[in-house]
Amino acid sequence: MANTTALTGINGLRDIRRSPASHLAEALETGSVPGKVVLKEGPFQTMAGVRVDPSSEEGARIASVTSGLPVRCGEVAGREGVSVLWLGPSEFLVVAPEEAHDSLGGDLIGSLTSALGDAPGQVVDLSANRTTYELSGPRARAVLEKGCALDLHPRKFKPGTALTTEVGNIPVTLWKTGEESFRLFPRASFADFLGRWLLDAMREYASPEVP
Amino acid sequence: MLLISCPNCGSRDETEFHYGGQAHVPYPENPSGLNDREWAEFLFYRDNTKGIFAERWLHSTGCRQWFNMLRDTVSYDIQSIYPMGAPRPDKAAAAPESGTASTAADSTTTGSAAPSIAATSITSTSTAPSTAPSTTQSGTTAPEGATK
Ligand SMILES: [Zn+2]
Repeated sequence: MANTTALTGINGLRDIRRSPASHLAEALETGSVPGKVVLKEGPFQTMAGVRVDPSSEEGARIASVTSGLPVRCGEVAGREGVSVLWLGPSEFLVVAPEEAHDSLGGDLIGSLTSALGDAPGQVVDLSANRTTYELSGPRARAVLEKGCALDLHPRKFKPGTALTTEVGNIPVTLWKTGEESFRLFPRASFADFLGRWLLDAMREYASPEVP
Repeated sequence: MLLISCPNCGSRDETEFHYGGQAHVPYPENPSGLNDREWAEFLFYRDNTKGIFAERWLHSTGCRQWFNMLRDTVSYDIQSIYPMGAPRPDKAAAAPESGTASTAADSTTTGSAAPSIAATSITSTSTAPSTAPSTTQSGTTAPEGATK
C-alpha cells in the first residue's frame, strides 16, 4: 500500500524528474508530419494500479472515488480528470493528471488506498511505471496498423475505448481518445523502443504520396 | 499464428498468450503420503496426446487471466474454450453437472447418450483415419475425476 506520508518531502525531486522518452523529444518533433501524423510524449500522469473485485463492497468504495469502474474489456470509466481503464475482470488502471498525485497536493492514491482499507485487493502507485505517447492525425491509424493485429477500423474501435494488446511486438495499453488520436502506454523500459518504432512507421508519410 | 478467443477480451493473436501445459492435473490429496516416484510423476509427467488435448492458457498481454482450451494437437483446431475449474466439455455429458451444461453445449455436438469416445473419434477420423484408434485411447486415459 502506498505510504502517502513518506511522499510529502519529495517535491524537490520533481524538478529533476525526466520522462522515459525525454531523450527522443527532438526526434519526435522532426519525425512528426503535421497534417498527417504527429507523435509526442505526453506529460507525466498519476497512475494507480487497482485490483479489487468490482462486485464487492470494497469495489463499490473504490468506484465511488473514481466515479465508476469499467465492467468489460475496452471500457473506460471515470469522470473529468480521472479515467479508469479496464485491464482485467478485477484489475484496473486509474489515470489522472500529475497534480492528482499526493506528493503534489492531490489525494488520488491516498483516497484509493483508504477506500480499499483492509479488504482484499491492492492499490499500487504506478505513476513511474509507464509513459504516454500521443499519436494523432489522419494517418495515425495506418501507423498503428503496421504493428497491431486488432481491428482498429472506426466501426469497431471507437473513441473512448482502451485495449491492452501488442503494438510493435511489445505490450501496450492503447487508448483511443478521439477520432484520430490515440494514447499509448508502454512500460518505461519499452519507451525508447516504441518511440523509435513509431517514428520508423511514420517515416513514409513525410514523403509525397506515390499515386 | 493461432487466433485464440479469450473469454474476457475476444479474439487475439497467439503471441499475446502463454501456454500453461496440460489441464486437469489434480493436486494430490495427500502430498506428504506420496513417494518420490509418485511426486515426480505429479510434477513432471504429462500426457503426450495426439488429437484432442485439454490445456491451460494465460492471456498474459491482455487481461492476465487463465482459461482452459480443448485443442487438436494434430490440426491445431481449437474446439472449445472454458473456464478454469470447469470439467472438460467433451466429458461433461458423462458427468451430469447443471452448472457446466451451458459451456459444454456448443462444443459437444453428439448426443448425450454417446460418451466422450464418440466425440473424439468423429473429429479425429475426419482428419486422419489411420490415427483414430490411438487418439481415442489417449483421449479416454486423461484423468477422469480431475476438477482443475
Ligand atoms: Zn484476455
